[in-house]
This record gives sequence, structure tokens and C-alpha cells, in this order.
Amino acid sequence: MSSFQSWANMGGYAAFVWPAYAAAFVVLGGIAVQSWRRYRATLRDLERLQRSPRQR
Amino acid sequence: MLTRLANPARFMRISGVVLVPLGLAAVAVLAIGLYLALFVAPPDYQQGESVRIMFVHVPAAWLALFAYLVVAMASALALVWKHPLAEIAAQAAAPLGAAFTFVCLVTGSLWGKPMWGTWWAWDARMTSVLVLFFLYLGYIALANAFDDMARGARAASVLALVGVVNLPIIKFSVDWWNTLHQADSVFRMGGPTIDPSMLWPLLIMGLGYLLLFKTLLLIRMRTALNEAKARALRLAASTRHPAEPVPDATPVLR
Repeated sequence: MSSFQSWANMGGYAAFVWPAYAAAFVVLGGIAVQSWRRYRATLRDLERLQRSPRQR
Repeated sequence: MLTRLANPARFMRISGVVLVPLGLAAVAVLAIGLYLALFVAPPDYQQGESVRIMFVHVPAAWLALFAYLVVAMASALALVWKHPLAEIAAQAAAPLGAAFTFVCLVTGSLWGKPMWGTWWAWDARMTSVLVLFFLYLGYIALANAFDDMARGARAASVLALVGVVNLPIIKFSVDWWNTLHQADSVFRMGGPTIDPSMLWPLLIMGLGYLLLFKTLLLIRMRTALNEAKARALRLAASTRHPAEPVPDATPVLR
């Protein structure tokens, strides 16, 4: 077994270690992306409102 | 510090400057923490490599509790001093706390299966953390349950304060009851009992999670303030031209 394979195998606990890291990454990364996208949306919305106040 | 920041305009100015450096610091510290956790920290003499789950699990638990403290303290400020930023901070922190609590539960379950032989047990530590997760969900649901946003915020703030009773239960559950969960080995009387070779990666991951929490808290607070500003602009526009239909007058979804 190469050293990468033995590392990825996590001493036989790969089926638990990697899903744990993946869960943390997906949940925290997910809320980070969602927060950022909503923030950008409010910036665009404000820009639109302030550019054409008379149409609103 | 708190009172100087407690002005929406000043908050927007300062948080705008801090946001990007804080986010970059979070990414850098998390990268270092992950490197230490996955490559440098040694395997445990009893748990082998499965102990690496600790580095994503334990800091998630810390942040789950810390975020709840933020929600509760901001709720108290909102109820007593009725400051608009306090409510915004509490409502911005709650979904983040729920996310960290969820990570804590899932990674704990994935750690419990190989080490304890079970995904879940209704012991005091696990049950009280599950209650924390439901408190977050209840807080979020309540804050958004009323057409009158101020009423929803007030009701949610009361729930947040009542829920504080759960924090010492979580913290001391492993001392007060016989739990499957092990006792604290970092923040305990007499200092940490965990070996430094594992303590340092753990603390750095904790710092990374904390920086991530702070970055996302600022982003979500700025989002809420932007939404309030957009609502005010639309309201002003619609009262200026009452005869004209206002196509986009629905308030931005909170």
C-alpha cells in the first residue's frame, strides 16, 4: 500500500473519518455560500433601488 | 467597544473594513488546522486514526455553545435596551449556531459508531445537545412566525433567554450523570489532560471555526441591515407616489 493509500485508509476508520470531515465541510461551506449569496443579492437590490428612485 | 459599535451606520462602516481580512484569516487558519489535524497530529493509542474526527467535532461543539451565548446575550440587549442591532445580531447568529450544532451531532455520531458501537444513545450529553439544536430551530421559526417582525423578534428573544438553562446542562452533563460521552479534557479545572500534540491542532481548528463564525455573523448582519434599508427605500418611494402601482414593493424575504 502506498503511503497515500495508507493515509486515506485512516487505519481502517476511513468510512467514519472522511464522512465526518465531509459533513463539516458541506454544512459549514453551505451556510457560508448561502450567507454570501444572500448578501450579494441585497447589495444588487440596493444598487437598483438607489439608481432609479423615481421608478420605484 | 459594544456601545461604540451599536450604531447601524458605524457598524456598517467598521464591519465593511473588517470583513475581507477576517474571512481570509478564517480560511488560512482553517487550512493550517486541517493540515495539522490530518497530517501532523498522532493517532490515539486507544482510538487509532478515528481520533481525527475530534478536530472537526469538538470545535463544532464549542461554537454551538458560543453561538447560543451570542444569541442569548443579544436577545437580552434587545429586550432590555431595544437596540435594533441586538436583534439583528441574535437572528444572524442563530442559523450559524444551528449549523455548528448539526455538525457536532453528525460528526459525533460518526465517531460514536466505531468507538462506542452505536450511532446514538439517549445519554445526557447527546440529548442536551439535541435539545440545543431544537432550541435554535425554535428560535428561528418563532422569529419568522409573525407578520409583525418586532413581535416575532420579541417572542424569539424570550425563548432564547429561557433556553440558556440548557447551556450548563450541556457543559456539566458529563460530570453530573453517567454518560457514554467522555468528560471534558480541554476546558476543565486543573488544565487540559489531552496531550499537547493533539491540543494544538484542536485549538487551531477552534480558532478557525470561531473566525468563520465571526465572518459569517458580520455578513449576515450586513445582509439584514441592507434588507431593512431596501424596505425603507421602497416604502418611501410608494408613499411619494401613492397613485402609481409599486411593482417591487413586496419586502425582501427575511
